[in-house]
Amino acid sequence: MLNVVQLSCERDDRLLFSNLSFKLCSGEILQIEGRNGAGKTSLLRIIAGLSSSYAGDLFWNSQPLAKVYADFRLDCFFLGHKPGLKLDLTPLENLAWRSRLANTAVSREGLLAALHRVHLAGYEDIPCSHLSAGQLRRVAFAGLVASQASLWILDEPFTAIDAEGVAWLEGLFDEHASQGGMVLVTSHQSLSNLKGNLRKLRLETFAAEAYIEEAVFEKRGADNGQV
Amino acid sequence: MARFEKTSMNGLSACAALIRRDLTLTFRSPGQAINPMAFFLMVATLFPLGIAPDREVLSELAAGVIWIAALLAVLLSLDSLFKSDQDDGALDQLLMSPHPLPLLVLAKVFTHWLTSGFCLTLMAPLLAIMLHLPAEAFSALMVTLLLGTPVLSLAGAIGAALTVKVQRGGVLLTLLSLPLYIPVLIFATGAVNAAMQNMPYSGHILWLSVFLLLGICLAPLAIAGALRVINE
Amino acid sequence: MNWTFFHKLGSPKWFYDISGKWLPWLQVSSLVLILVALVWGLAFTPPDYLQGNSYRIIFIHVPASFLAQAVYMMMATAAAVTLIWKIKLADMALKVMAPIGASFCILSLATGAIWGQPTWGTWWVWDARLTSMLILLFLYIGIIALRGAIHTTEAAAKACAILSLVGVVNIPIIKFSVDWWNTLHQGATLKLTEKPSMAPEMLWPLLLAILGFYLFFTLVMVLRLRIEILSRERKTRWVKELVS
Repeated sequence: MLNVVQLSCERDDRLLFSNLSFKLCSGEILQIEGRNGAGKTSLLRIIAGLSSSYAGDLFWNSQPLAKVYADFRLDCFFLGHKPGLKLDLTPLENLAWRSRLANTAVSREGLLAALHRVHLAGYEDIPCSHLSAGQLRRVAFAGLVASQASLWILDEPFTAIDAEGVAWLEGLFDEHASQGGMVLVTSHQSLSNLKGNLRKLRLETFAAEAYIEEAVFEKRGADNGQV
Repeated sequence: MARFEKTSMNGLSACAALIRRDLTLTFRSPGQAINPMAFFLMVATLFPLGIAPDREVLSELAAGVIWIAALLAVLLSLDSLFKSDQDDGALDQLLMSPHPLPLLVLAKVFTHWLTSGFCLTLMAPLLAIMLHLPAEAFSALMVTLLLGTPVLSLAGAIGAALTVKVQRGGVLLTLLSLPLYIPVLIFATGAVNAAMQNMPYSGHILWLSVFLLLGICLAPLAIAGALRVINE
Repeated sequence: MNWTFFHKLGSPKWFYDISGKWLPWLQVSSLVLILVALVWGLAFTPPDYLQGNSYRIIFIHVPASFLAQAVYMMMATAAAVTLIWKIKLADMALKVMAPIGASFCILSLATGAIWGQPTWGTWWVWDARLTSMLILLFLYIGIIALRGAIHTTEAAAKACAILSLVGVVNIPIIKFSVDWWNTLHQGATLKLTEKPSMAPEMLWPLLLAILGFYLFFTLVMVLRLRIEILSRERKTRWVKELVS
């Protein structure tokens, strides 16, 4: 279970959001919405532990996240804007190094099955440089299928995906949630086909107005002058 | 939710996977490894042309020229060490790994050394012949290169990590790394020059080994820290 | 232990207020000390029996060299504070100190070169101290360049802090290597600044000059730091009230 308490994030003297609190329990899908620059990516990177420029508390299974990052990373799959694939390698080789790095022991058969599930069967030995942007995304999703992580953090996963793929991915979310997994996703799509526990969170609700911004600055300056 | 064995694999197998990946990438596009080697050869060729083709002059300069050329060639190849991972998003996967980042980083630096410093070391005898390095100094040159080039990779990787998000950061990387390379350069060329005069050079070798040990212990921490803070 | 003082010290507003009171004292004391030391050293100390009057440049060269090295150590301290306690003021100090330290480095190198001309008959000698100082300048240049290249303030702060710490680990190694290299190549026979015993009439003005330079450094740093505080805290109410 992920618990976010009173999170605020400041980027280059601009307060992106403040007092953001939410819980993500197993079986839930949370969609983060917001206009461009609202801080969706920043939020995901903070939760994934890639960024530490925030104020507030994060808890993973009731433990402070900063203390259990090693456990958290074992149980978390992060996919950013870029698919994180080496273009000179084949999809199978890419999946192999990624699963090793994520500490998921997956056999060749398992990876092939994952590729089959993302409709890329037959592409396993073709260099990724020959694949289209959408197909590259699908290779990354094969990593998602193969991973045993319970929390999925996906930043704009629907980019470059066709309509059929969107429906398929939504089905995947549903399946993951029904097995007790958690999905944290940013998207401009409406995710209409989801049956499961979909919640939406608009980041603008937590966007700070100028006066709040000042107050936070003031408070921080008076408190301890920390970065 | 199916929980998997947390101890089923360890960091070392992740390191092996990283090393295998980076080596495969180098084999698929060998320019990454070959270009610095060609650069190494060309820089060394410039010295006879720019100074004098005299046997005495060149043998006097050989150790320094080979080492400076090797140092610049390593620097040249360092630019893409983390930047290629940053560009395709693979760096995020590295940072998200549950394994200790310094260990993974050490694996990456090792692969870098294997494809740069080690290849340069293998090529060095050719340059030594071209620059008339006396035969008695060959072994000293090889030993110093074997011990010194990993230090260049380690120290330079700190700069590469710090400049990973800087566009066209090649020159900046050079500025950051060169001061750190000076001790290696001094002791390595000192050893070769001592060997040329038939003097013992085991002291130099010991110091280079100390630098290597220090580098292996401390540099991965700095590199991992740099990657984390730069990637925020 | 009571940490409130520590955290108060880290508050930019508090520092801005208190440092305003220090400024006049720093201005007067550094000016007086440097003037007294220089007049004393340049006009009233006896000439050196070996070097004649040319040695008098030590009253600038030595304090500048001291400061160049000391500033790097202070930067490393500020870097450690930035990384461990995340105190913003420490990063601001790190940022403003780098160009000052580099300037002292350049001053030390320039006065060393000027001193070298009458002493060795050449502007530049690969003396161990001068070479180390040159490499120190490279380290400063690296930090300044890195700060300029990273656009996010927080990332630049931490990157420069890491680089400063890497540099400070390397300084002893570099110094040792260069000293060793220098003895091997037997460069200068007459070492700058290395006197077996310095006459007290030369020592006193030198100590005064060093103290004056330290105060001058503090003055310049505080001035630069105040500007940096204003620019980084420009969105806070107290800065807005201050400038309006």
